[in-house]
Amino acid sequence: MSPDLLVSFLTKLNALTGGVFLLCAFGLVGIRQMLTCLRIYVCQSLLLAISAVILGYYHASIHLFVVAALTIVTKVFIIPWVLRQAVGYESYAKREISQAINIPTSLLIAVVIAIFSYYIASPLLTAGAGVLEKVNLPIGMASLLIGAYTVTVRGEAVPQLLGILAMENGAFFAGISIAPNLPLIAELAAAFYVLITVLVIGLLAMRIHKMIAKTAVGELMALREE
Amino acid sequence: MELIYILLVSISAAVLSLIPLGRRFAPGVTILGNLAIFLLSLRTALATAGGGEVIAVRDYLSCDSFSGLILLLVAFVGLAAAFFSCGYIATTVGATDDRKIRRYYSRFNLFLLSMLAVPIFSQLALVWIAVELTTLLSVFLVGFESTPQALEAAWKYAVLTCMGASLALIGILLLCWGLSATPQAPFTWAGLLSASPRMSPALLYTAFLFILIGFGTKAGLVPMHTWLPDAHSQAPSPICAILSGIETTAVLYCIIRLLPLFPGGAASEAGKWFVIFGLISAGVAAFLLIQTKDYKRLFAFSTVEHMGIILVAAGLGGFAAHLGAMMQIVSHTVTKSLCFFAAGTTLMATGTRSIGAIRGLIRISPVAAIFLLVGGLSIAGAPPSAVFLSEFSILKAGIINGQYLVIGLLAFFIGVAFFGIMQQINRMVFGSADIILMDNRTQLFGRAILSQRNTPPLTCILALVITLIPAILFGIYLPEPFYQLLHQAAALLGGSK
Repeated sequence: MSPDLLVSFLTKLNALTGGVFLLCAFGLVGIRQMLTCLRIYVCQSLLLAISAVILGYYHASIHLFVVAALTIVTKVFIIPWVLRQAVGYESYAKREISQAINIPTSLLIAVVIAIFSYYIASPLLTAGAGVLEKVNLPIGMASLLIGAYTVTVRGEAVPQLLGILAMENGAFFAGISIAPNLPLIAELAAAFYVLITVLVIGLLAMRIHKMIAKTAVGELMALREE
Repeated sequence: MELIYILLVSISAAVLSLIPLGRRFAPGVTILGNLAIFLLSLRTALATAGGGEVIAVRDYLSCDSFSGLILLLVAFVGLAAAFFSCGYIATTVGATDDRKIRRYYSRFNLFLLSMLAVPIFSQLALVWIAVELTTLLSVFLVGFESTPQALEAAWKYAVLTCMGASLALIGILLLCWGLSATPQAPFTWAGLLSASPRMSPALLYTAFLFILIGFGTKAGLVPMHTWLPDAHSQAPSPICAILSGIETTAVLYCIIRLLPLFPGGAASEAGKWFVIFGLISAGVAAFLLIQTKDYKRLFAFSTVEHMGIILVAAGLGGFAAHLGAMMQIVSHTVTKSLCFFAAGTTLMATGTRSIGAIRGLIRISPVAAIFLLVGGLSIAGAPPSAVFLSEFSILKAGIINGQYLVIGLLAFFIGVAFFGIMQQINRMVFGSADIILMDNRTQLFGRAILSQRNTPPLTCILALVITLIPAILFGIYLPEPFYQLLHQAAALLGGSK
């Protein structure tokens, strides 16, 4: 295969990865089954790792291969395991019925958010930007902002946490393209940080579950302004 | 080397606190550790007062005057809170539950470690991680009392600040992208400053907005403040003092450090956003102060207001306003710790957080009442407190700059907040002591007469006194090296002298 052809193939593969990555962000907004949400998150993390491998090959950067390996170890294996341990199985089997905004409207709002992130990313992608940045930056931002929206509309503990993790995935999806030469210690610390996030919030969800016998954190409304 | 010792002492205090050697071992280790950290920080801060830099590991661990100032404040509040914890936790946690006490002190030290790391780290990606670790390591301290309300507060705190973290992360990664235009530039505050003229303005501006909103969530800027009054009122009082007094300020430090990156400093877009966010925060918080029914929430809203004032001062521009911002950071930190210690003493004496339930505190617990009154007056900005001096110098600097509208609004909000705080505190301190509200939640009145006067533990009084001294003293007199430190820190923000 000639080098040109290979680069064009990698670019297209990366674009495909990006497209499915964004689709996963939409999935977290729209899907009620909690176990499916978790699987979508794992799938999204896997896509992040694939994109990191493509970019690592493209930039010939060993860092990005390390990022991909860390992503797979932490986000595909450890995090789902911790989450299943922390929150009882019955919570996953449940469907979340009450959402603040119904699903078709939510998905429409998510589309608007995705367009908005292309709008804010476009002035940054000047002539100097490479073709891979043009895919990764807006899609990463879109996943970040859609994740933030997910956290606000979902009322259950696990989907809220998955929303936060999707935001993190989005930030890293953009990050691997725009900041591939971040020091290795920062990458390691970031992977460690994501793990602590899951542990802390998972444990907290478990304690809330013990206290009120459910994880519908959206119903916690004792503290507010009168 | 001091910087490495500070981190090492902090981490070993956290580990040693877990050793089961009786009820007094963990608080003892914590107090000794924090005393050592305070002395080391004082040394570091004084070394940076001349405008120099203390470097432990180049491009990773270093302190200039601004970070030296924040480091000193973190260590000071940490020391005072360690003293206060000693009495407070011994009184509130059951006599048999030694494990809970050890866990408390271990988490307390870890939380302080992450906070000390914020000014000590100079590599931006690590600063981000340190800021986020301050959240994660304090979540269980916020939920320490394990009531449904405390867990709710902890949940909101964790979820909202982690959302903010991801937003700030993309801002930081964008800055790292901008840095790639300059070869060999380290990803530190100083490296960014030297590389910023070569970054595209659109990139710098977008990164700034992401970081302002992301870290602003953690600093409690309106409208991202909703978690703050919950978390800062439900946590145990010494933790409230750290959260409200220094955690917010340490995060604000990261935001303010972005200001000199913009050409023109405060006169640029960044300065305008500071003024807008600052005025909204100060204004909304001043009016929310009036309606609170919980005195710890009252002080939490006052924190939101002060964050607003500091941001406005940083955004006004000019050396005088920046010096005012630095003084405001110092005075807010010491005075707010004093307020939360006084609130904790009040809580120990009365057992309720409700303002309506407490009357005539001065007869129930004179110590708590006096410190609550003095703390309230100082945080509201009555002369001769440190807050009065700093607010006055900010207003004066703004008038000299000719920004009359901003200053008029700010002065109005400060006035409203003064009224709000003092009205509530007067109601608690004075009056007849024989009616107290029995139930915090149901708001049912019951008559009860507290027979004996209540004296707080000695270590609590000590913590109150050591925060009271700077809260008043700095309003009258600033020691020369400390003034130098403030001066150098303000100069780093890029206002002309």
